[in-house]
Amino acid sequence: MGSRKYNIRAYPGFIHLTVLCLLILYLPLAIVAVYSFNNSPSIVVWEGFSWRWYLDVFIGLESAKFKLAAKNSFIIAIIAATVATVIATFSATAMIRGGRFRLRTVSFGLISLPLMVPEIVTAVATLIFFNSIGFERGVLSILLAHIAFCIPFSYLPIAARMQGIEDTYEEAAQDLYATKRQAFTKILLPLMMPGIISGFLLAFIISLDDFIITNFVKGAGVETLPTAIFGAVKQGIKPNIMAISTMLLAFSIVMVTLSYLISKSDDKT
Amino acid sequence: MPNKPAIIVKDAVKRYGDFVALKKINLSIQDNEFFTLLGPSGCGKTTLLRMIAGFEDVTEGEIFLFGEEIDKLPPHKRPVNTVFQNYALFPHMNVRENVSFGLEMLGQSKSDAMRCAEEMLELVRLSQFASRKPAQLSGGQQQRVALARALAPQPKVLLLDEPLSALDLKLRKAMQLELKHLQRETGITFIFVTHDQEEALTMSDRIAVMSDGEIQQLGEARDIYERPRNTFVADFIGDTNLLAVKVESISGSMVQCLLKGGQRLKIAVNDKIKIGDSLHVSIRPERLFVSDVDDSRGTLRGTVKDNIFIGTDINSLLILDSGDEFRVRASNSDRGNKRIYAPGKQVFVTVEEGAARLLVD
Repeated sequence: MGSRKYNIRAYPGFIHLTVLCLLILYLPLAIVAVYSFNNSPSIVVWEGFSWRWYLDVFIGLESAKFKLAAKNSFIIAIIAATVATVIATFSATAMIRGGRFRLRTVSFGLISLPLMVPEIVTAVATLIFFNSIGFERGVLSILLAHIAFCIPFSYLPIAARMQGIEDTYEEAAQDLYATKRQAFTKILLPLMMPGIISGFLLAFIISLDDFIITNFVKGAGVETLPTAIFGAVKQGIKPNIMAISTMLLAFSIVMVTLSYLISKSDDKT
Repeated sequence: MPNKPAIIVKDAVKRYGDFVALKKINLSIQDNEFFTLLGPSGCGKTTLLRMIAGFEDVTEGEIFLFGEEIDKLPPHKRPVNTVFQNYALFPHMNVRENVSFGLEMLGQSKSDAMRCAEEMLELVRLSQFASRKPAQLSGGQQQRVALARALAPQPKVLLLDEPLSALDLKLRKAMQLELKHLQRETGITFIFVTHDQEEALTMSDRIAVMSDGEIQQLGEARDIYERPRNTFVADFIGDTNLLAVKVESISGSMVQCLLKGGQRLKIAVNDKIKIGDSLHVSIRPERLFVSDVDDSRGTLRGTVKDNIFIGTDINSLLILDSGDEFRVRASNSDRGNKRIYAPGKQVFVTVEEGAARLLVD
């Protein structure tokens, strides 16, 4: 009975406030998703259901531009997420299995700081850095920037997973004649795998969706999907943009859900 | 030629910074022996075991395995295996893969290793669970998998770090016998770490009682129980009455001691003592007889305070005339000639011959 008093649902206005927040968060997304199926070039008047704008994305006038941008985005996201995940895995191993070392707290701060720094600051700084070393801007500069900012996103789920693995498993492996390296590859790595996959998917989505940093460090004429969408919107919002946005949204939701499910998986098998 | 000892620990010291975990340990463990390191938590027993396994380095001193120095070798180069306290079974591998892991790491082919794993699982009666994951087994079954996994590579010495502490009492008793049996069957030297003195007495050929990073006494179970060397060992192993006494006179091998209340007790000498020494005497509760008649054979006088029924025995709590509390244990059977007297009754306690033991420190 006592807990009833603290039941959050009983607070006055709780339901209304919750609904309001959810509407503010998701209504715009819902409108974009719904109007992407509108059988009309208008973005405000509903004229029936149609796939025409999705078709337009793939075979329409601007399709070549968007296809190239999408290809760039996926290539960059896959490579950036892979490299970032490898680096994050090794950092997590050093941080969590390296015992106590000097500057351990500082190291953790340095790894997770990029999550706190305003993205625009990172963007400007990265641009200045590339300019000052005379690095030519293009796909490669985007890729390097993406690897850098993906590391913390990939690190967090990996480190969280590793923290939950007792080190007696590695001791047991070494006791059973495995070298340090074998104990890592045969025991620690498989046990960390859900964290690693989750970290990879998160980094992949972060890279795929990034706009600000990409926009700063990309060279002229090189576009990723977010910058291409931004470029198109500047000439007025057309329903095909809504179709692309809806597809990107759906893809992101699937990936994030996967990442979540995998990180939660085999907690009990 | 006599067999080389399985393990020799020579002047081994372990320090963590300023903290001394082990003070100059010297130990020799025979081949085919069931050897137990017994002590309260923090006494250094697990540290010593981990030094033999290779998980802790030795600050000073040496460790030999069948004559070969091993203290500088990494864990995977030492032919000893460990049964961990929490078993540490690899959760992503099934039971058979767990057991064959060590053999595969030693370079055996997968099929040979699997065949050997099956044999080991038969030995611990878990063949039908070979394809299960560890999490699908009960605690007792996991314990047996851990044993099979550690025994599969045929280690020269098996190290067991409180492996039974997570099991309930019934299962623990069964596993104690099973472990002892397994040790006889395989002929492998077992070094067993526990804080449970009853467990140690049940299983061990020899026991090293440890506290404060030192071995307090080393010997056979019966020896340690009946002839404890100091008050720590007497108190830690089993139940005992510790009385403060003063040496009054020495005649031959017998000492006359004075208790607090002015009563006297004759005790056999076992250490160097002199008249006037203040010492402790240890007397096990089951080696005392209570009677309501004074037979004047060196008895102690006291009053019954309470009787506690514990099934197999009845424990009586007495207050001696000296003021000391005294526990007496009588078997709950007619053959044991039950000497149970109501609280408040004045009684006389006779100490069984040779049961009182003088302790120097």
